Amino acid sequence: MSLAQLLFYVMGFIALASAVFVAATKSLVRSIFMFFITLFALAGLYVLALADFVAITQIVIYVGGILVLILFAFMLSGKETLNVIAQQPNKFISVGKLPAFLLAGFFLIVLVNMIFKSNVDNLQWVKTAIDTKNVITPDAAMTENIGINLMTRYLLPFEAVSILLMVALVGAAHLSRKETKR
Amino acid sequence: MISLTDFLVVSAGLFCIGLYMIVSKNNAIQVLIGIELMLNAAILNLVAFGKYDRLNNGGQLFALFAIVLAAATTAVALAIILNVYRQYKTIDPGEINKLRD
Repeated sequence: MSLAQLLFYVMGFIALASAVFVAATKSLVRSIFMFFITLFALAGLYVLALADFVAITQIVIYVGGILVLILFAFMLSGKETLNVIAQQPNKFISVGKLPAFLLAGFFLIVLVNMIFKSNVDNLQWVKTAIDTKNVITPDAAMTENIGINLMTRYLLPFEAVSILLMVALVGAAHLSRKETKR
Repeated sequence: MISLTDFLVVSAGLFCIGLYMIVSKNNAIQVLIGIELMLNAAILNLVAFGKYDRLNNGGQLFALFAIVLAAATTAVALAIILNVYRQYKTIDPGEINKLRD
């Protein structure tokens, strides 16, 4: 077993275990802080999939942006909000949660079964990519290639995303302002 | 060499934990975290398959787009959740059953 494989199993275990903790814990603040761990472990998995630029983007946008936004949104929104949100009497597996648990469990069985049946490592286009040396190697620097592709081949989705981001920012600012009249 | 199947199994586990959170939690912020988990599972799949596309970087670029779109989604969803709390004094998705007033 190589070092990369060992690291993969460690990272995968940390990601899954902390995700289970996020789903299981009672206190919301604790689950948000545990979600940090999940996202960092996922960034590690991206590095092991040889996508270092995506890993850095994940840390910058998800950990630095989204999670801090979630924390701010409910820590700055008054004490009574915090009290209402923080109290959750339910246990992880109670009778009320049983349908959700069964749904997720059966879905997991179906997904894993399908993954092993479909045998993704021997897909036709993956084999073609390996034959034509179209595979990212561990010593390749992909950031330059990503930048060139972003500005040429994927320019239209890039512009569409930028317009959508602007619309979403204006919409969020509009939604979260205090209403003065009425 | 890490096989593709390993990545897919990890991402299937994350997806199902996210699904469980969305269905079972009675708190809109935790539902939002469940959605983020499912999005991350999808992004992990994109990145894992993107390894086999060195010239065009299709998987990695669409993973980047998905991350950026998730950021926009979260900003709008949090604004909506705070507004809903201001109106209803609760953020339990099961108890919000009126469109207006």
